[in-house]
Amino acid sequence: MVWTEREENEMGKTVIEKIVEHNTGRSVKPGDIVTVNVDRVMIHDIFIPFVAEKFKEMGFEKLWDPDKVVLIYDHLVPASQLDDTRHFHVGDAFAAKYGMTHVHRSDGICHQLMTEAGYVKPGDVAFGTDSHTTTYGCVGAFSSGIGYTEMASILGTGTMWIRVPETIKVVINGKLPENVMSKDVILRLIGDLGADGATYKALEFSGSAVESMTVASRMTISNMAIEAGAKCALFTPDEKTAEYCNVTLNDYQKSLFGDADANYCRVIEYNAEDFVPVMACPSQVDKIRNVSELEGTEIDQVFIGSCTNGRLEDLAAAAEVLKGKKVAKFVKLIVTPASRKIYKQAADLGILETLAEAGAMITHPGCGLCCGRAGGILTDGERVVATNNRNFLGRMGTSKVQIYLASPRTAAACAVAGKIVCPE
Amino acid sequence: MEKMTGKVWVLGDDIDTDIIIPTEYLALKTIDDMKQYGFSPLRPELAAQIKPGDIIVAGKNFGCGSSREQAPEIIKALGIQCVIAKSFARIFFRNSINNGLLLIEQPTLYDDIKEGDTVSVVMNEHIDYNGKEYPIASLPENLMDIIRAGGLVKAMRKLNGLD
Repeated sequence: MVWTEREENEMGKTVIEKIVEHNTGRSVKPGDIVTVNVDRVMIHDIFIPFVAEKFKEMGFEKLWDPDKVVLIYDHLVPASQLDDTRHFHVGDAFAAKYGMTHVHRSDGICHQLMTEAGYVKPGDVAFGTDSHTTTYGCVGAFSSGIGYTEMASILGTGTMWIRVPETIKVVINGKLPENVMSKDVILRLIGDLGADGATYKALEFSGSAVESMTVASRMTISNMAIEAGAKCALFTPDEKTAEYCNVTLNDYQKSLFGDADANYCRVIEYNAEDFVPVMACPSQVDKIRNVSELEGTEIDQVFIGSCTNGRLEDLAAAAEVLKGKKVAKFVKLIVTPASRKIYKQAADLGILETLAEAGAMITHPGCGLCCGRAGGILTDGERVVATNNRNFLGRMGTSKVQIYLASPRTAAACAVAGKIVCPE
Repeated sequence: MEKMTGKVWVLGDDIDTDIIIPTEYLALKTIDDMKQYGFSPLRPELAAQIKPGDIIVAGKNFGCGSSREQAPEIIKALGIQCVIAKSFARIFFRNSINNGLLLIEQPTLYDDIKEGDTVSVVMNEHIDYNGKEYPIASLPENLMDIIRAGGLVKAMRKLNGLD
């Protein structure tokens, strides 16, 4: 066979390269700095006062497109400190002044709502004022977190500069064991990559185990990609994506797979059968241990929820473990659905009833406990098994709280046992 | 051709945003109040020694850690002309450009440089040091426009005809 050197622009493309090329109408390669047209932005309650201030300072008089801007109150809802309400007043005034209609005041966590409410579609380019904005890669969208100054400039111009990232390809083939969830997959990957292992890079997922995952499971993975430093985490849109997003995939959206001859900076392959339940141990998200090595560690609280693991399948998995059982006497189990829609679905299906009968406290949808602001914060020496995405020092209470990150199935099993145990 | 020359301060790998400006000083009212504490966990005396026009040269992953925009603001307020490093963390890179701080990636200068020496940067071309040229990539015009304007807020004000 004769190997012919090909021009760079004839090379195969990764998913992120295809999205940027479609958006900008030009050929790109990793390292290029280009200006993209933004399809959707999300601002949450924490940063809206700063965005509003910068927007005014920049001298803009109107939003580039009010229909493309989404404002979501989730970190501070319902208010737990007196100053929190100022953020709602500033947000409401900003929305009214500039004609914004997409304002969610108590519907759920921003990253859940952006795809659930149909704001982000496959192949879109989206930015948000939160680092977990990588979540929308679950439907094949390029989405990433930015600061409030940049958000203000997008609001005025509708554009943003980006550096086209290199791509790490993650291939998972086979069938995951029954007691393993996608949370265990992303925790293992973060452990293998390290907390800066994907800095400035795109992650791209493929393989039969990924294809058989629900969109909700993929969402857990794209949500946590930032914990390895990634700029975005992309899944190829398929039939499940189309159904979830309520769209018929067009030719562009169907083309969002990594070409066989695309240029990857690294390829990581896993056999799905090799995964086991794992935890991220205090206080680094890349300090990953098998749950079996940690068994017997006593715990004080369990948290099931957040934009990482507060979806219907997560609550259902917990309910399956907890059905007919009781939470250990000294353990507080807090369950937080990621959105009002999920809350209602879980109620209709009897999942909330099962959880409540087992002894769970079920809270309103929101960020509260995950970001350590409300609804179950802990104190020195206490241990919590939690399904959210960060176990940083002081994240859910004092800096002497020990946070173990795990899947909903593992978390539920621990709640019953009152100590760390491996789910069946 | 734009050229800048300055005296060099050398820092290591993984200089994080907590080193650049520790969390405990973030609540101070202004950047000018904060800047005296720049780099204090690593070199408490450094902020007072830096003179306007100086240049920082560092190793890999400069600016890793949190998204605080105060980190590049402090460096700029101390008068640093530009930071040359093997690599930069993503959010710091963006925040720097948007706050008008010039960053230059150069993979080998760090291995040769000595603190206190002088380097010259020929924008978008190379760095001159000790009789040797170290190539650098060019920044696109739109990013240079942001830096020349003094940051994203000022660039946007210019766009809107305000300054």
